Amino acid sequence: MNALKFTVSAFALAAAAGAANAREQVQVAGSSTVLPYAAIVAEAFGENFEFPTPVVEGGGSGAGRKKLCEGVGENTIDVANSSSRIKQSDIDLCTQNGVTEIMEVRIGYDGIVFASDINGAEFAFTPADWYNALAAEVMKDGALVPNAAKTWADVNPALPAQDILAFIPGTKHGTREVFDVKVLEEGCKASGAEEAFIAAKGEEDGKKACLALRTDGVSVDIDGDYTETLARIAANKNGIGVFGLSFYQNNTDKLQVATMDGVTPSVETISSGDYPVSRPLYFYVKKAHLGVIPGLKEYIEFFVSDDMAGPDGPLAEYGLVSDPELAATQAAVAAETPMGPLE
Amino acid sequence: MTDTTAQTVPGKRSLLTLDDRTRRRNAAEARFRAYGLAAVTVALIALTLLLVSIFANGVSVFRQTTIAIPVTLDAKKLDKSGKLDPAVMAKVTTVGYAPLLTKGLQAAMEENGISDQGLKAKAIGALISQDAPAQLRDMVLADPTLVGQTISFEALASGRIDGYFKGRVTMDSAALDSNISPEQLALADALKDAGILHSRFNMGFITAPDASEQRPEAAGLGVAILGSLYMMIVVLVLSLPIGVAASIYLEEFAPKNRFTDLIEVNISNLAAVPSIVYGILGLAIFINFAGLPQSAPIVGGLVLTLMTLPRIIIPARAALKAVPPSIRDAALGVGASKMQSVFHHVLPLAAPGILTGMIIGLAQALGETAPLLLIGMVAFVREYPGAPPEGFFDPASALPVQVYNWTQRADPAFVERAGGAIIVLLIFLVTMNAAAILLRRRFERRW
Repeated sequence: MNALKFTVSAFALAAAAGAANAREQVQVAGSSTVLPYAAIVAEAFGENFEFPTPVVEGGGSGAGRKKLCEGVGENTIDVANSSSRIKQSDIDLCTQNGVTEIMEVRIGYDGIVFASDINGAEFAFTPADWYNALAAEVMKDGALVPNAAKTWADVNPALPAQDILAFIPGTKHGTREVFDVKVLEEGCKASGAEEAFIAAKGEEDGKKACLALRTDGVSVDIDGDYTETLARIAANKNGIGVFGLSFYQNNTDKLQVATMDGVTPSVETISSGDYPVSRPLYFYVKKAHLGVIPGLKEYIEFFVSDDMAGPDGPLAEYGLVSDPELAATQAAVAAETPMGPLE
Repeated sequence: MTDTTAQTVPGKRSLLTLDDRTRRRNAAEARFRAYGLAAVTVALIALTLLLVSIFANGVSVFRQTTIAIPVTLDAKKLDKSGKLDPAVMAKVTTVGYAPLLTKGLQAAMEENGISDQGLKAKAIGALISQDAPAQLRDMVLADPTLVGQTISFEALASGRIDGYFKGRVTMDSAALDSNISPEQLALADALKDAGILHSRFNMGFITAPDASEQRPEAAGLGVAILGSLYMMIVVLVLSLPIGVAASIYLEEFAPKNRFTDLIEVNISNLAAVPSIVYGILGLAIFINFAGLPQSAPIVGGLVLTLMTLPRIIIPARAALKAVPPSIRDAALGVGASKMQSVFHHVLPLAAPGILTGMIIGLAQALGETAPLLLIGMVAFVREYPGAPPEGFFDPASALPVQVYNWTQRADPAFVERAGGAIIVLLIFLVTMNAAAILLRRRFERRW
């Protein structure tokens, strides 16, 4: 019996090693946006502390939070990186599996930039331009009509007459949420379409209608990562892609960045709040593992220390926008303050 | 009789003149040959394109640019107590070591009369990999007596500088690049002319662990190769006995009834199940139920064993089936038991076929990423796993996982790394498949 033999041998192995094998290193999983920052911190942590280098996994914000909430114990992860705030459903799942206390740590802000081929035309966008270019229905002469814009100049005469082609993050990405809220919804409001939608469909459905995109191939969802968006732009010079600030900063020789509301995205303009499209980045810590997993407390303290997350630290150099309230975060981490209910 | 008369007499044609039907048949054969040749050519072109693109991207990774820096290990900075106490010295972090390297480089420039191109100390320091301070710190902590001396330290050059000498970064791209300036490249050129900066074989790529996005030049495959090796050991140790036992039982001993038919269908089916399914199974059984650690080669090995088993059983059964019944009959005829006939006569004759299937199964398992996604092996791992058997439970990465990880990184230097990792993986695969062919050629018997 092949299957039986196999299970027996597998369990024998599991039992032999099993519970006695104490985990020595911190385990982290979650957002692929936070992954490079966490890897930089983990590397420096391993170099400068007695503890082994933490293991950092990607997989996405939602997946990471779900893993965090799988339960308490050495075969579950300690920290979940997340590019969006934890949801009530995650907290419920956590409570259900005995993970009652979670610490929320905001590490800084991430800017989202719009970039096109370095040799192409320059762009100066407003959220309304993006809405009018990509939305399924737009306002024209006071009425909602299907979007027929072909070039950016059709949308806004001040923009170059280049065919509209946008590579935006797919719906599984946390970045898409920011794009929806900070660009499409804002643009929907500014162009007056939101009012018309609400008048036609009611409050709830009207707001949702703002996020409906045209489906004639002008807006392309990218489900891979930024390297795929970059490759698409290289193949199609008319394309404009959505990137994280750090990715853009690593590829300034291939991409040129567009301004939004007249502001050029940079660490400075994002931290001052002038550049509108940004979001906070978090990690969530399972409090029950503090003091059990060696080095966990030291790792999270090191992550938010001025040496790492401060304005002159390596994370800022890589593209993280330092949190002006970092001192408060450091105090909360030192005191191991668990997060309260979501407001 | 001449040709002309042959043509005039119907039904009495020469065999040498082709009639219409023969001509059509010959043409059909020629067409088929052309199709076959075209198919092979397309396959070869695809293979060549693949290999050329991989090698064009990746082969440069095996050379790496380094800078020889005379570093003065200032006792005042590195050992504040003055007693060479390791605990106190460990308090000086890599941040404290970086300026020493920059100063060393500046001193070397002065000595060789190289102009600093108007660059500030920070920009000069940016030529040196961020990995170098960590290397230097490890060196000093391992041998505290070095403090106070001036040592010659071979530091990695930063990824952009390395890219410049490999043609990836140019003066034009540097002018647009926020991470490097043409002045820094000019300085690198001057350093090269002075013999301070040179390129050498990149042993670190094979032995070093992965590195973060800020230091692509230091990233290596060490942990991934070890992790893959550990997983292959687990797969070999588990799937060889289980697979061979299962196939011998099914082929030689099991009665032929509906139940064994069902098993046979299931095995063929399992061989075609997408590998990600085994990852989901592994997460549920080995991690959530059995409580094995995340990211560990043992779990990866177990999952890959599950995946490989049907792919081993099928060729093993075919190899056993290929042994002619006369051998079994002869053994039984001289009084051997059923088991003796199998183990003394059938199995040795089937062994080359079984081993070939085994090696090809292992090679497939070596290249799998999908089942490892869910069990936490697609991760940033910098610590080497320990020696077996404990090492099987330590976190590790794997070769195909490393390729996948590197292709997602923002820094273009990782494209080269990923290409290099594919080359290393291909070398392993080609070696394994060549071994399989060799075994078959040397030991396989035909009847």
